[in-house]
Amino acid sequence: MAELVKKATRESYGEALAELGDKYENLYVLDADLAGATKTGIFKKKFPDRHIDCGIAEANMMGIAAGLATTGKIPFASSFAMFAAGRAFEIVRNSIGYPHLNVKIGATHAGISVGEDGASHQCNEDIALMRAIPGMTVINPADDVEARAAIEAAINYEGPVYMRFGRLAVPVFHDKDTFKFEIGKGELLKDGKDVTIVATGLMVYEAVKAAETLEAEGISARVINIATIKPLDKEIILKAAKETGLIVTAEEHSVIGGLGSAVSDCVTESCPVKVVKIGVQDVFGHSGPAADLLKEFGLCAENIVETVKKAVSEK
Amino acid sequence: MDELLKKQLEITACKVRMGIIEGVYNAKSGHPGGSLSIADTLTYLYFAKMNVYPDNPKEKDRDRFVLSKGHTAPALYSVLAHRGFFPVEELKTLRHIGARLQGHPDMKHIPGVDMSTGSLGQGISAACGMALSAKLTSDTYHVYAILGDGEIEEGQVWEAAMFAAHNKLDNLTAIVDNNGLQIDGKISDVCSPYPIDEKFKAFGWHVITMDAHDFDSIEKAFREAEKVVNQPTVIIQTSTKGKGVSFMENQVSWHGTAPNKEQYEQAMSELSAHLKELEG
Repeated sequence: MAELVKKATRESYGEALAELGDKYENLYVLDADLAGATKTGIFKKKFPDRHIDCGIAEANMMGIAAGLATTGKIPFASSFAMFAAGRAFEIVRNSIGYPHLNVKIGATHAGISVGEDGASHQCNEDIALMRAIPGMTVINPADDVEARAAIEAAINYEGPVYMRFGRLAVPVFHDKDTFKFEIGKGELLKDGKDVTIVATGLMVYEAVKAAETLEAEGISARVINIATIKPLDKEIILKAAKETGLIVTAEEHSVIGGLGSAVSDCVTESCPVKVVKIGVQDVFGHSGPAADLLKEFGLCAENIVETVKKAVSEK
Repeated sequence: MDELLKKQLEITACKVRMGIIEGVYNAKSGHPGGSLSIADTLTYLYFAKMNVYPDNPKEKDRDRFVLSKGHTAPALYSVLAHRGFFPVEELKTLRHIGARLQGHPDMKHIPGVDMSTGSLGQGISAACGMALSAKLTSDTYHVYAILGDGEIEEGQVWEAAMFAAHNKLDNLTAIVDNNGLQIDGKISDVCSPYPIDEKFKAFGWHVITMDAHDFDSIEKAFREAEKVVNQPTVIIQTSTKGKGVSFMENQVSWHGTAPNKEQYEQAMSELSAHLKELEG
């Protein structure tokens, strides 16, 4: 496989906002003293009058975003996933979710790949928290191309959207010239008949690599990219369940309440098949280089290969 | 204040109080105490101060109001109904299944409600966002928000207070309803937020105090607030929880309790007598 360019989706976030700022004059960006890290500093530099730094006060920032949205502006409230979804959960729920306001939440530094900062900043629970809010759209893009497309789709969608971005540079595998993004639509990346790997975020490319290894070993694995975890593309999941009879989910998030849970909920209702969940296994992370942590926690192609082989052998 | 206007406002405020009692009684639950303490201020805002459009509640240039102490929704609903946003008769449906009048303000369904609130400390942030929005695009509307004195124990209020002063939101007026009581008792006993004025001053706000049940004092305070430039204003209103219903006044037990039939009749008879006196 050819070496791909790598880029962190948080950079895609900052760059896309700066680009889209020209086209969408109603777009405003809010930060809580992390504009440098969330990469919205790029937007701030270009549109200083449309960037609002709320200081280290995420709860208030979400309320400010809600207030802006009531007047027709489109605010992107940015912070680390830990604080956007975690600390500010109840404000997101009551001031944004309940009135279904048109606020976009840009949550960077999600998951274990935050790395050296350790467990206090490694948010593996944000998808679970956000997808529990009625009417909240949850998007976890896999690479730069998808992140940019998803951001513009979110601008053109009326309602609250939680968007998850990473700190770690990840391979850009989508073709920017042909890629089309639609909220709520899964993406079939590789067909297969023995098993389906359903992945999200940085695990998508790992799943693609795993499927190639498996193919060489005689296992035909389908790969589906689920960027929109809510609303889930049930059609693509159920089709895979029916046709391959086995699902392995892969996400850089707790196995409680994330993609694996969403997929399980979907298939148990309509087409019960075995779902094996790869993710953070109900533990806290710790400090270390992101790449090492991903391996340690099984968030890598090698573990997908092993997990799939075991699951297929038990089929 | 003009005597005629004052009389009209007193009459309206009395009717608003009757609407509060009507709502809470029919709901068999709700918060009469803190609703009655803000009845005069709300009446002044909606009948003498704010630029609102009952026939077109979402009109872009309207002044905004956020009831940050959302549990006193019966007062807001009663004022909105009397101002013509929806029928006064609808107040009887408060908290009923299928009704628009939810236990706490719901902007999605109730005409005239500018922000959904209820979880304390959150409304003031949204009000700051509305005020900031006007500054960003040179809109001329003003934003008002009422907070409870117990509510300001929430940390988010002070995040918002810092933000409003930093952004020089002189188009924002917050009102702290200082009736001195919260669910667990006197605010000074539970976890005292006093001195409220000094705290807001330290956060960079212009501070005004007023008597919440005297329209001359209310008008004077709001007139002063609108002249303030480059900083937000807070009006700390000294009020009586349960104001207007003798047995509810200054009783913490009436924070979140509905009157029974006998109590309802007594309250309505007191308010009717007062209305008659005013109209007489």
